Amino acid sequence: MALDKPYADIPGTTVFDAEQSRRGYHLNMFCMSLMKAANRDRFKANERAYLDEWPMTEDQKQAVLARDYNRMISLGGNIYFLAKIFATDGKSFQYAAALMTGMSQEDYAKMMLDGGRSPEGNSHTGEKRSG
Amino acid sequence: MAKITAGVTTSHVPAIGAAIDLGKTQEPYWAPVFKGYEFSKRWMADNRPDVVILVYNDHATAFSLDLIPTFAIGCAARFQPADEGWGPRPVPIVEGHPELASHIAQSVIQSDFDLTIVNKMDVDHGLTVPLSLMCGQPAAWPFRVIPFAVNVVQYPPPSGNRCYQLGKAILKAVESFDQDLTVQIWGTGGMSHQLQGPRAGLINKEFDQRFLDGLVADPAALATMPHINYIREAGSEGIELVMWLIMRGALDPLVREVYRFYHVPASNTAVGHLILENRAHGAR
Repeated sequence: MALDKPYADIPGTTVFDAEQSRRGYHLNMFCMSLMKAANRDRFKANERAYLDEWPMTEDQKQAVLARDYNRMISLGGNIYFLAKIFATDGKSFQYAAALMTGMSQEDYAKMMLDGGRSPEGNSHTGEKRSG
Repeated sequence: MAKITAGVTTSHVPAIGAAIDLGKTQEPYWAPVFKGYEFSKRWMADNRPDVVILVYNDHATAFSLDLIPTFAIGCAARFQPADEGWGPRPVPIVEGHPELASHIAQSVIQSDFDLTIVNKMDVDHGLTVPLSLMCGQPAAWPFRVIPFAVNVVQYPPPSGNRCYQLGKAILKAVESFDQDLTVQIWGTGGMSHQLQGPRAGLINKEFDQRFLDGLVADPAALATMPHINYIREAGSEGIELVMWLIMRGALDPLVREVYRFYHVPASNTAVGHLILENRAHGAR
């Protein structure tokens, strides 16, 4: 019997469950390797060559090269692991969050200052958005 | 006999640690956050414990996907602040309490909670940011710390009720320790936030207020809330709030709310903070 996944209908959200973790194991462990300065240097010197040292799928490697974080998440990436990539790039969590929402960092920061993204209209897929 | 006198909850946003470390606490963006902890630092000075049991989560620092313990208790004599990719935070080494920690481990496992025992571990911002918020920037942390790590990275984390019951088992363990120690328990993480995907930036003040109220007044009811409510209403990372229920379970059923602070935003996150005293042990 399949596991119950009541979170499948939350819009714009991928829950890092056991299935995603299995799918993303090598992607996330590649990210983990960037905790070491020597590895960050080697990655920055030749990203493709460094990625080829890991048994990741080609889709996962392309998503990393493109810094497509939503794609990385759909392929099993977890944000706390992916954070090692944008930290290597010298970018903040707010930069990455803005990127994933498709907003400019300025607009995203303003939304947060104004109280953040409202849960209204953002809780269920297909739910009517207010305003 | 050791006793738990008080509990603290607070968010542990990494950007807060960076603001402290880089001397930005008086900047207009950050000043309101730190103003909210001024009372707390005074309270800490007046109510200094011997030991803090600090419930937090590791953020892909000490634990990668190679090992994912649901509950892990740090029994080492000391814990180094971790290098999370940009050098360790410039904060003191965290001194542990191996005797109490191993006592808790043995007692809690015999109460049916199968803890993972950790004798070597670096601690990341999840543990050190709460220390900085409550203690400022001392040369040494003014008490011993028992790190208590909870998996909230890979779904599912432990249920709210499991966390609440674990808190009760920790209370029983502390109260059966022979040394006269004053112990606090802290629950960290939260409040509402989502760091990933197109819904990043979600904040739910109404949920957060209900959670704060429930944690103080009716934690047993709050503990029955299923995971899906946290994720849907408080964001995929808002589920860290289950850790606050461990803190609450280790306090008396009736507590005195000494202090509450709530602020939006710190980076991507709603900051929430409570100080709760057991009535029998509370100061004043």
